[in-house]
Amino acid sequence: MSAPHVAHSPLWLRQAPRLTVALFLVPIAAGLLGTVLPAFGWLPAIGGRSVSLAPWKALFSQPGIRDAIGLTLVTGLTATVLSVILVFGFCALVHGRRPGRAGRALIAPILATPHAAMAIGLGFLIAPSGWIVRLLSPWLTGWHQPPDIASVQDPHGIALTLGLLVKEVPYLLLMTITALGQVPAVRHMDAAAALGYGRTVAWVKPVLPQVYRQVRLPIYAVLTYALSVVDMALILGPSNPPTLSVLALRWFTSPDIRMYFPAAAAALLQLAIVLVSIGLWRGAETLVAHLGRRWIARGARGTLLEPLAGLSAIAVAGLAGLGVGSLAALAVWSFAAGWRFPDMLPAHWSARPWSGQIGTILWPLETTLVVALFASGCALLLGLACLEHEQRRGVAASSRTLWLLYVPLLVPQIAFLFGMQVLLTVFHLDGSLIAVIWSHLLFVLPYVFLSLADPWRALDKRYARTALSLGARPRRVFLRIKLPLLLRPVLIAAAVGVAVSVDQYLPTIFAGAGRIVTLTTEAVTLASGGDRRVTGVFGLLQSLIPLAVYGIALGVSGRNRFRRHALGAQS
Amino acid sequence: MSGPLRLEQVSITLEGRMLIPPLSVQVDGGQILTLMGASGSGKSTLLSVLGGTMAPVFRVTGRVWIGEREVTDLPPERRRMGILFQDDLLFPHLSVGENLAFGLAASVRGRAASAARIDAALRDAGLAGFARRDPATLSGGQRARVALLRLLLAEPEALLLDEPFNKLDAAMRTDFRRFVFEHAQTAGLPVLMVTHDQADAEAAQGPVLELLQAPEGTPVIQRSSGSGSLRKDTEVRPGKVGLPLATEVRS
Amino acid sequence: MRLISVRAAAVAVALAFMTAPASAAAAMPWKAVLAQARGQTVYFDAWAGDQKVNLFIAWVARQVAACCDITLRQVPLQDTSEAVTQVIAEKAAGQNADGTVDLIWINGPNFYALKRRGLLYGPFTQRLPNFALVDTRDSSNLYDFTVPVEGYESPWRKAQLVIIYDSAYVKRVPRDIRAFPAWARRHPGRFTFPQVQNFLGVAFLEQALYALTPDPALLQRPVSEVNFAKATAPLWAWFDQLRPYLWRHGREFPASGPAERELLEDGEIDLMPSFDPSEAAAAVEAGLLPKTVRTFVLQHGTIGNTSFVAIPYNSPHKAGAMVVANFLLSPAAQARAGNVRYWGGPTVLDVAKLAPAERALFTALPKTPWVPSDVALRHVLPEPNPSWARRLALAWERRYTP
Repeated sequence: MSAPHVAHSPLWLRQAPRLTVALFLVPIAAGLLGTVLPAFGWLPAIGGRSVSLAPWKALFSQPGIRDAIGLTLVTGLTATVLSVILVFGFCALVHGRRPGRAGRALIAPILATPHAAMAIGLGFLIAPSGWIVRLLSPWLTGWHQPPDIASVQDPHGIALTLGLLVKEVPYLLLMTITALGQVPAVRHMDAAAALGYGRTVAWVKPVLPQVYRQVRLPIYAVLTYALSVVDMALILGPSNPPTLSVLALRWFTSPDIRMYFPAAAAALLQLAIVLVSIGLWRGAETLVAHLGRRWIARGARGTLLEPLAGLSAIAVAGLAGLGVGSLAALAVWSFAAGWRFPDMLPAHWSARPWSGQIGTILWPLETTLVVALFASGCALLLGLACLEHEQRRGVAASSRTLWLLYVPLLVPQIAFLFGMQVLLTVFHLDGSLIAVIWSHLLFVLPYVFLSLADPWRALDKRYARTALSLGARPRRVFLRIKLPLLLRPVLIAAAVGVAVSVDQYLPTIFAGAGRIVTLTTEAVTLASGGDRRVTGVFGLLQSLIPLAVYGIALGVSGRNRFRRHALGAQS
Repeated sequence: MSGPLRLEQVSITLEGRMLIPPLSVQVDGGQILTLMGASGSGKSTLLSVLGGTMAPVFRVTGRVWIGEREVTDLPPERRRMGILFQDDLLFPHLSVGENLAFGLAASVRGRAASAARIDAALRDAGLAGFARRDPATLSGGQRARVALLRLLLAEPEALLLDEPFNKLDAAMRTDFRRFVFEHAQTAGLPVLMVTHDQADAEAAQGPVLELLQAPEGTPVIQRSSGSGSLRKDTEVRPGKVGLPLATEVRS
Repeated sequence: MRLISVRAAAVAVALAFMTAPASAAAAMPWKAVLAQARGQTVYFDAWAGDQKVNLFIAWVARQVAACCDITLRQVPLQDTSEAVTQVIAEKAAGQNADGTVDLIWINGPNFYALKRRGLLYGPFTQRLPNFALVDTRDSSNLYDFTVPVEGYESPWRKAQLVIIYDSAYVKRVPRDIRAFPAWARRHPGRFTFPQVQNFLGVAFLEQALYALTPDPALLQRPVSEVNFAKATAPLWAWFDQLRPYLWRHGREFPASGPAERELLEDGEIDLMPSFDPSEAAAAVEAGLLPKTVRTFVLQHGTIGNTSFVAIPYNSPHKAGAMVVANFLLSPAAQARAGNVRYWGGPTVLDVAKLAPAERALFTALPKTPWVPSDVALRHVLPEPNPSWARRLALAWERRYTP
């Protein structure tokens, strides 16, 4: 007697996991190949017919290349290490004290805001003529003109690091809080406290090791992102020299097509930097775990950690403040009529920045929405199909599959998008909406799947079994029972997908061949200067879309008639 | 009146460990067979095997019949085996009436006919006028009764009870147990019930099998008590051939 | 930002699709061009760094949609070279009939790069009905950075280097390039210009080179025929004096002209170069600069040029592109572009050739005190040969990148 209902899954459902992986891995693998070959001189179409190290020699003879690599490492590693320390410190301090709805309400908009919009808003805050200096001038600083200080696009990448912290700390915080829900953290802390451990140590020693395993992948994703980010680096990072991935992008778009070769080499170097960094991080984990075990075994009460956790909590609150302040700055600029330094607020308010832009907003807005809805919808269909298939087979996905899902998040975008565009060209797809949707799907699918999988798997399996025993076919069980019961997580996963899609800058640029214009590419272009009111309009609109979709998701699922009891019925 | 539920040498193994030794048993229409055993002993797994919804990690042998119909390889939705869990599992997003309609057999056609059937079932259960209620507003006992009604409206040919009275308080438990048994017998359904409550077994007034963990790790099923008769060919064998743990149970 | 698609890399496959029919638009009467243009979608690759430009193109899009049933899409560029690379890559991949660029806002080095490779469609300008209105006495409408235009691009904008300053803070301005180091020493951190990767940044260097190089006539020759080191030595000496007193000590530069305008708006700097004599006026009009800003032209004249639109050889929508180019030369479009409320700047048309009603469009344009007089603007220096820009930028990068 075999598991009887497997045979009755339709073909497409049985192929869903394979299809998903193929949609994912084929473009990435082809893309990497398409970057590796020119990095060693092979691109026959533009005269590269011999394999050599010439592209690497060209790369290392570019002015400023060493500083660019250094800048990449310093900003990426600093942002990641600080994010992790701050998040763990914060969790250690507040865990069990219920940070409350206010905290969550604060980080939700920051999470939903695209990186580019956040970078623009943060620039509005911390620039020499930014809101923070305006608030303090001239009464405190004595400045009637902005100081000649590089507080954005500074040569050391401090503004870029800060921008990454503002976005990545809330993300890691959310991941950690979710992971904490899956371990008996409070009981362990109570037990440790009973043994005379202070609050922070009672969290770090017994709880952190259990949680860390679950947030490892998200941390690697943050590490990859921080080392290879392009849009934030364009807006907040220095330009002479910029970070490595910006340099690679600059050469990929250079009027001299021979620059493809060093550009490909730079993209490959970027990949190596990320992989080595992940390797080093892994090594550091082992080392820390080893030392940590001895430290735990020694039974030290580690009272020094308490103030450290306190500092982390203050820093996290500060970052959240910067995040919300950035959004506010976008909003204020988008309604400013005239806002001279050092005025704290605009002298006049006006809706003209909005009404005047209708002509240039509509097309990118439409494109953004279409791409986001299709990418998110496809991701949802594929994710649901994989999960449904998994449930009908009765076997949960292995952790190896989970790693596959993370691949697009652990490979720097610049390393494979160039090669992927070659692939798209072969099929005459580059510059098409389909190409852009597909490229977004690579990044939307992992997040949609991850946000959907837990609630989907947590639904009491006996609902489905009951429904089947009542004679309902699996399709009907899926449509009438599972989907409505899981409406809220499904809609939230869709909203996550939209947010991730709206966030994408580099995939839009590459797959769209510059012809597909979204609010994000417009915002990044506008951020290079001109009219902050218009930039504010685009930045704010870009943030409002994910927020609105979250709102709709929560609103719709909240109206679902008997929903409030569904969660209580899950065991 | 359904035909008997017949198991032929049904055994369940999980990763080389035998949960249910080969079991052959027949439950006649209107009869209630009780399977008792400690929790985690695999008795609920036996029900999911019969219902066709067990996970593939379990290795199952043997054949299952309802009357002359072999259901061994049928998908769960075509087996016509109703199952009742200890939670009522009313679909929380559907009203009481919609829950019942979900289960309603395909033979009942038309909106009016199905509404009539549902109203009649509810009246019969003392729940007249509850069709539009949110299940969450019902008491535990009422919900349990709706769950049974939903199951019966699907017109099953056998009934599987997975400790369905466990979560009810003592007074309600007796009430609901009588309600279930009466309906099952009226419909003439063969019933297989797993429980660890002796009172359930006694109330069933049928044969009782007990699943025992043997010291060597291979469990044994033996006839322990209860009234009523089992067919002659009912037999329970150990999982591994040749072990001297066989306890033939004959009435 | 326009990204080059690496069609080059897909050459083998793309060649299979290479059927390249001879353009049917070549010898058609204008009526037939209009008919063929109906329903076409024209991708217009245009620098998008200034929102007033984007709004103007959006207005053009509405007009050509209404009159000629053409869908005009602006492909926003951060630098025109992005479109040039695109066309070159398409050529390399053998994509000769279905290119992705239909119209490019172009001039100077970018025009030269495409024209010398034979990657432009044309000559086509003589076929545009409105081309008859162009001021052909103005040599910058016929020679683009010393390169003869020969009908391969159609003029639509005029530009000249000017300096904008905020008179609220600055009383005495440096009217001569040689005076800049001394002025900057007295006003440290109050002046800068865009990075040399930007066209305005390199134009400012060229302007300085004009004033400082021993023989300015050499700038009209290709840089390869000139002793570059000798010609530019005074420029670097001048810049070494100036650099420490620039904004951010000359270590960082604004990304573009509009980015620098923000610095002026905030009072971070007092002085900025601009390639648009009416930029200050338009910015005051839009509330982007205070009413105290003024514009002046450097003594001995400044570099001026004309911007054009060109059609790549492989554009699938040449008829539509020509209709748009013709519309850009219409008195209505030129008058709107000349209005500081929308954009501002001198027209490429010879107003004397216009009918009275059309001439009135130009005489009715609002006058503002922020635009330098025609007299001041009259002293226009021709652009150097296009090869100078890239060579100057490279030399600058080598010298001054840390």
